[in-house]
Amino acid sequence: MNAASRFRDAPGAAPRSLRLMLDGVPVLARPGESVAAALLAHSGGATRQTPVTGAGRAPYCMMGVCFDCLVTIDGHPNVQACMVSAREGMVIQRQIGARRLGDQP
Amino acid sequence: MSADLVIIGAGPAGMAAARVAAEGGLSVTLLDEQERAGGQIYRNVGAVAGRGWLGADYARGGALVQGLDHPGITHQPRATVWRIDARRGVIWSRDGQSHVSPAAHVLIATGAQERPVPFPGWTLPGLMPAGAAQILMKQSGMVPDEAILSGAGPLLYLVAAQMIAAGAPPVALVETPTAITHALPKLPRALFGLPTLIKGLGLIARIRAAGIPWYRGAADFRAETTEDGRIRFDFTTGKQSHSLTCGLLLTHLGVIPQSHLTRSMGLAHEYDAEQGAWRPTLDPWGQSSEPHVFVAGDGGGIGGAEAARAKGALAALAILHQAGKLDAAGRDRRAAPLRRALSRALSLRPFLDAAYSVPSAFLAPPDETIVCRCEEVTAGSIRKAACTGAEGLRLMRTSLRTGMGPCQGRMCETAVIGLIAEATDRPASTLGPGRIRTPVKPVTLAEIAALGPQPEETT
Amino acid sequence: MSAQAGTAIIGGGIVGLCVALGLAARGHEVLVLDGRDGDMRASQGNFGLVWLQGKGAGYAPYARWSFQAVQAWPDFAKRLSGLVDVDLALCQQGGYEFFTDAAEYEAFGHDLHRQANALDDRLSFELLNHADLAARLPGIGQRVVGASFCPLDGHVNPLRLHFALRQACLASGVRITGGASVVSVRPAGAGFALLDETGRQTRASRVVLCAGLGAAHLGPQLEFRAPIRAQRGELMITERVADRLPFLSSTIRQVDEGGLQIGGTKAETDCDTETTTTMVGLAQHAVAVWPRLADLRVLRSWAALRVMTPDGYPIYQRSADHPGAFLVTCHSGVTLAPLHATRLAEWIDGDPAAPDLEAFDERRFALS
Repeated sequence: MNAASRFRDAPGAAPRSLRLMLDGVPVLARPGESVAAALLAHSGGATRQTPVTGAGRAPYCMMGVCFDCLVTIDGHPNVQACMVSAREGMVIQRQIGARRLGDQP
Repeated sequence: MSADLVIIGAGPAGMAAARVAAEGGLSVTLLDEQERAGGQIYRNVGAVAGRGWLGADYARGGALVQGLDHPGITHQPRATVWRIDARRGVIWSRDGQSHVSPAAHVLIATGAQERPVPFPGWTLPGLMPAGAAQILMKQSGMVPDEAILSGAGPLLYLVAAQMIAAGAPPVALVETPTAITHALPKLPRALFGLPTLIKGLGLIARIRAAGIPWYRGAADFRAETTEDGRIRFDFTTGKQSHSLTCGLLLTHLGVIPQSHLTRSMGLAHEYDAEQGAWRPTLDPWGQSSEPHVFVAGDGGGIGGAEAARAKGALAALAILHQAGKLDAAGRDRRAAPLRRALSRALSLRPFLDAAYSVPSAFLAPPDETIVCRCEEVTAGSIRKAACTGAEGLRLMRTSLRTGMGPCQGRMCETAVIGLIAEATDRPASTLGPGRIRTPVKPVTLAEIAALGPQPEETT
Repeated sequence: MSAQAGTAIIGGGIVGLCVALGLAARGHEVLVLDGRDGDMRASQGNFGLVWLQGKGAGYAPYARWSFQAVQAWPDFAKRLSGLVDVDLALCQQGGYEFFTDAAEYEAFGHDLHRQANALDDRLSFELLNHADLAARLPGIGQRVVGASFCPLDGHVNPLRLHFALRQACLASGVRITGGASVVSVRPAGAGFALLDETGRQTRASRVVLCAGLGAAHLGPQLEFRAPIRAQRGELMITERVADRLPFLSSTIRQVDEGGLQIGGTKAETDCDTETTTTMVGLAQHAVAVWPRLADLRVLRSWAALRVMTPDGYPIYQRSADHPGAFLVTCHSGVTLAPLHATRLAEWIDGDPAAPDLEAFDERRFALS
């Protein structure tokens, strides 16, 4: 579901100058903010589906305690989006269920 | 590289301790998960300009961050500690690589987390703890759009005031029952807590002046998503039912110590009945049951930022003495003003703990509530298991997998214990804390494997 | 406060619950006295292996007993699922032992041949060199020099097995008490008197000691030698994986929920805390055997204490001095579960059809 973002910018907030991709769609981020924040600014929808029932979840605690903000970043699955700073060119994918094993390294 | 003292957590306690210890002649490594020092309360303070709407308290954290600029302090940001090995040292991870920091002394200052507030619908996108919204304000310059604030406690009023100042007032304040009159006798006899009280009243006045609908004595929380992705929030006040819609539903019911690291080390813990949480057992200097391991700040018991600063400094003095850098007389002399500051800072705590004690419905929520968010186990399943023999945390865990997800029970343990307590008519204090195993944060097999001599090296 | 029972079983782990189920099925009144939530519980720290290869290579009776157990598992699983609605996730599709050391691989090959002899060649197994293994399991690591495969090996979800046994016992009329350890057991009148740490007393006509490591202090009270010791096994548990791992081994297995378990260590200690050295060793082993596991995240480690006898084989002991008292101890309570729930009950009852378990008498240690 593509719910509108549940946040807006505070007075004096810096412009979102970094370009990331989320499941093929461009997402903007401001320097210094976490990937989770950028995702929340982008939309209010689910950023993952749980492995047990496929329920939709979004970032929750924003401090690395709840593990609800798991996404795949640059091919690495199950990364806590709230603990990673957004960087130019990052490729984000929603974490749909359990991860897969990678190919032979 | 070895250090005299490894401090885990760059919040007010950790930062204060680092400065005192370094000035006293110790080499200090300060490990912190975040990119910048500050912990949660002073999150991102070093990078923020022009955010006066966050308040003056927040700005004071800046001085502590600046205090880290000392040759004796090595600040390691983005360092996630996952194990403390008594022999080898503190094991931490950054960018997919783990490091071992040997240390003669360890100070754990990992602070608090919000108390999980489970109710039907709390796992839906669009619901977050109030502290999470505060982090977004501090670190990302984002303010909630059409949010309801629910729960109780000073942080709720602070976030409301910060949102008002940022031009994004909450659309309602839904406050759960408080016990303020009941708690009045616990106000300090001397007026140490007066400045804080006045500040609190100031916040409340600001919220009133903004004309925000204020519900009191709220219960029976329930959230659902509407068709257009907004949140419908149902609750009762007395016999009246209410149904409000919003873009974001924020809840808060106090904070509790983060004790996974201290528990993983097997340190002694005790139950704090006033705060409804476990904390490590500490002496007046913050020394744990392990002589070279100290704990300071909210991680040792909730006290707030000023108390954390004092406790951090006190622990550093004790460690300096333990390391032979400071004699007992000097330590005690320097400790005296810190103890006075600590006493002032803690003077309101009994009142706050009593006034904002947690309504039992959030400790043992309705059956359909998902209590273990990771494994999606409902309160109803937990109640049933508790009635058929899963009468302790460990048996509950092996029956239903509660606490077996990546969060290791951080989000569910409180309610799992509350539900077992209700089902077996035993106090929560006899049911925990759960045993924690390392890694306390997930780390890859490759990273763990790389910590040892590689097989080729042994031939 | 006191209670009465026909047969009291001390210990509510997998072993005790199986014995309880077996006796209840034979019409006995059974009471299980389980300990505290925080007690050492081997039932909650194991891999869930239903394992045959290598067992009893040096002791034919154990090879035969294990063989019977593995054969009996499918019916046992059916019996349990008839009593309770729990999916045990029993999977008996064969299992591997992987070797990175050529000498160990060779030695184990000899063990398997000896075991096969003890089983009159009813044991089928394969020894695979790296090339054959890589053809069968294309992801296998370069450092694996060889493996043994036994089609009769398998695994089960041990936590759900424990839960299912508990529910099955309750459904069969077994009473289960918990939350307090039994501290003393002594002959009293025609039976026995048990006392737990809260002062609660129980009288029973018979008593079966299934208390794991607790047998060390309870056994001597009934004049059992109970020469058992603790042996720590450590393991690590990873995040869930959507793919199915194409093999089961004694050191790497995938739980039915999807996470992987890596374990199989042995340390002579009674301390159940995990160690950095073992965690590193297990991680290195996992990555050596199946390199594509490298970026899997470990969610937690675990450690539990096996209950080991001097030769590693079970003790099934009738008390000579106190008829009606029995000692049951083993470290492979999962594999042997079906027999504990059937044939062992016959043996406790002295049924003429009961198996001959002399080989597991504790007096075999008398000369050591």
